Amino acid sequence: MDKTSPEIMLAFYRRLYPFKSIFHWLNHKPTPDHLFVNREIAFNLPGEVIIRYNSFNDHDEFKKQVCKLNPTRFEIGPVYTSRPRDRKTARGAFNPTQRELVFDIDMTDYDPVRTCCSDADICKRCWSFISAAVRVLDTAIREQFGYEHLLWVYSGRRGIHLWISDNEAMGLTDEQRKVIVNWLTVVPKDESKRLNVRFGSRALPASLQTSLDHLAVVFSELILDDQDCFASEAGYQALLNLIPDSRVVDTLQSKWSGTSSSSQEKWKDLKTQIKSYKKGTPQRAALAAAMEDIILQYTYPRLDENVSKKRNHLLKAPFCVHPKTGRVCVPVDPARIEEFDPETVPTVTQLLKELDAVAESAEHHSDWERTSLKPYVDMLDKHNLAIMDQVRKEKGGPDMTW
Amino acid sequence: MFKIEERSSVFEGKDKIQVELHRGVKYPHRLNFYDKPPLYDVSIEEFETSALDRLRILAEIESSAARNRTWEETKTVTATQCEKYLPLKSSTAVGADRESQRRTDHLGHFVLRLAFCRSEELRRRFVKAETTLFKVRYESDDSTEREQFLSSRDFNWIAVDKTEKDKYRQDLSSYQGRADTFESDKYYKVRWTRVPDLVDKRKVFLKGGWAYVPSREQSSIVYQEFETRLEKDLLVTARSMPRLDEDTRLVGILDNLSTGFLAGVSSEWSAAPADANGEAIRAEMVDELAAKHFPMCMRNSHQRLRKDHRLNHFGRLQYGLFLKVLGLSVEEAIIFWRKSFDRINDDTFNKMYKYNIRHSYGLEGKRANYPAKNCQQILTSGGDPGCPYRHFSQENLQSALLSTYGPLGLTSTDLYEVMNTVKGQHFHVACTRVFEMTHAASGVKKGEGVGGGESVTHPNQYAARSMELSKVQEEKAAMILT
Repeated sequence: MDKTSPEIMLAFYRRLYPFKSIFHWLNHKPTPDHLFVNREIAFNLPGEVIIRYNSFNDHDEFKKQVCKLNPTRFEIGPVYTSRPRDRKTARGAFNPTQRELVFDIDMTDYDPVRTCCSDADICKRCWSFISAAVRVLDTAIREQFGYEHLLWVYSGRRGIHLWISDNEAMGLTDEQRKVIVNWLTVVPKDESKRLNVRFGSRALPASLQTSLDHLAVVFSELILDDQDCFASEAGYQALLNLIPDSRVVDTLQSKWSGTSSSSQEKWKDLKTQIKSYKKGTPQRAALAAAMEDIILQYTYPRLDENVSKKRNHLLKAPFCVHPKTGRVCVPVDPARIEEFDPETVPTVTQLLKELDAVAESAEHHSDWERTSLKPYVDMLDKHNLAIMDQVRKEKGGPDMTW
Repeated sequence: MFKIEERSSVFEGKDKIQVELHRGVKYPHRLNFYDKPPLYDVSIEEFETSALDRLRILAEIESSAARNRTWEETKTVTATQCEKYLPLKSSTAVGADRESQRRTDHLGHFVLRLAFCRSEELRRRFVKAETTLFKVRYESDDSTEREQFLSSRDFNWIAVDKTEKDKYRQDLSSYQGRADTFESDKYYKVRWTRVPDLVDKRKVFLKGGWAYVPSREQSSIVYQEFETRLEKDLLVTARSMPRLDEDTRLVGILDNLSTGFLAGVSSEWSAAPADANGEAIRAEMVDELAAKHFPMCMRNSHQRLRKDHRLNHFGRLQYGLFLKVLGLSVEEAIIFWRKSFDRINDDTFNKMYKYNIRHSYGLEGKRANYPAKNCQQILTSGGDPGCPYRHFSQENLQSALLSTYGPLGLTSTDLYEVMNTVKGQHFHVACTRVFEMTHAASGVKKGEGVGGGESVTHPNQYAARSMELSKVQEEKAAMILT
């Protein structure tokens, strides 16, 4: 049977989907506020039909409508100046005002540097790219931008989403979102181009230096060992393209052509070449900088920038089911991202089976508690508590927003 | 000008009928954040002229952006334009009427706010141009005066003390700042959202959402503050606009101003170059002049007149007035039109057209001396004949440009550039670029426009400049030959 037939989806929405937790997460408060009431929810129905500009008064109404339309998935949009469903009768302008700051990392952007799979496929091995990206982004955003309420969500197949619910992040304009994306974008779109992140021949900016320390390890394990990126001719040609010193390029070119050697050996060859220049010479400095740049080029997070730049971009809600894989888009703990295995994420059929196994047959609204979905919903609830705490504190104390 | 109650006291006192001019606001600084609206009486004329002068400058700034001028070029062009229309001298300048200059600057800004608050598009463009103008002034400001201006208001930045600076020494110096000046460099802390331009280029150290801005980049905070405030204020103005709509004296002026951005503000071209060149234009010279010197719109009219032997009413009006200002006398004009309409007999011509021609020369009816239409009027007219850059379809424009300007040196790469500006809706920029390209032989460089970096704002300005250039060229040639 189809993994995500309408019947299965309906049962999932009725018995398992944690509407209340999602409501709390979007609303930041226990009682319905403009953050939820003025929020756009878009439904994707079978046959590429999208119903936009739905909005709801509370989670019960939300659930009712979801069960009525039984969408394949639904997406979350921005908070508008008034209720999206009443937008045609709205007085004055109808504009997006707030929205979680979102990021999307997709495996397809890594195709040039992964050798194990391509396109939509993903395996445990290429997940390492994602976990490296999560590590770097999570630290960067917390450290540099000072945001605390980060929710990482597995996208159901080959990527991961990040939702940031901090007050300041919610209110960022499209321009500011673009700025933050540019700050976090390092790898140039055009694969043949070299990285350009330095001012002249200066050391890496502090924000990247921190990432580099982590990524150097990832580079050795993932790029050199696991993926063995420079083993093939196309692979090492790409590497040679990134070296700014033509003498070194020629030497390595003649050394590597015709013979086969591992990526680790090739990387060592490069290092030896660099050491042939005396310490303190500009050539050696340039090559050392180039090596750092190469590490970043191969491992630094690659963002799908269009998702982040506009407040009114729709993004699939957490706990939806991916129509191809049947997997639930569950929250992921960034501290244990290396242990996360997409293969072990519960599928909707598996969850329903678990429910059947429980003797009790009566339907209950929070049936997820008795399935393997529970730890994931708990994770979201814990996240929500932190947000609500913060909101309460800000309301009580003096206004600390700038 | 905004608060009626401020003024009421004037009317109460004794038998005063005249309105007293309040000179309330003083301007200690050359730079202005425009926090306070002008709360004094202003004559309608001052209201309009101060805004028009400012608009000229803003329009030039806009076209600078559309023409990809570098920052240095933009600065020079804006400075020359400012000198001409809106001088603003430093506090130390001798002999300048600083107060009235600053008053005009202040007033013009607020009048334009009224004109440009109406739509999102206008607001965005206004904010951009005003911020650029502010930047130009800020950079050219005397450094002590700038310092005074900065300390006159609270920018809400937090100075970074020594302990904190030492703590982040390594991080801070990795962004910029040379090691030798690090000790003396001052840093200020602001939320990162207030310096988006620096974050965008990864030029500052970020920690917990705070950007550590070195004093060298302090101006970014100032500009951003200027921009944010103006954006906010414009929204407020927009909301209170409906109340102003009743004042019929102002609405017309404001409407006129907001269209001004489209075409730049034109100067009235009434001086006939015939006097200057010492040589009157005769009917039979028009063909040659059209081929050499006319802008696209007038060429189009001329070609249509030659091809169809007729021209619609607005075409005759637009083209006729253009020729008048170019220096064609009324007698010659009658000859010109009579010859052009060669399919009708004298009787019809005299009955149907002669009156109109004489009328446009101010010899019939109310005897007004009508000025020629400027770009703004042509651009916003219905489009028949209109401005080719705006009203032609793109394919049509492309082939028209190639066929008319090809012989004058327009290549297909140039054409690509022109079409791009047209796509960006910068019609007068496209026209100016064509002028520059086709006059490259006379030594016109890119960005120079019709002299001093000015854009085309009037067809007669285009033609006059073109004729002037060729005259210079001829004289040069004559010098060499003799």
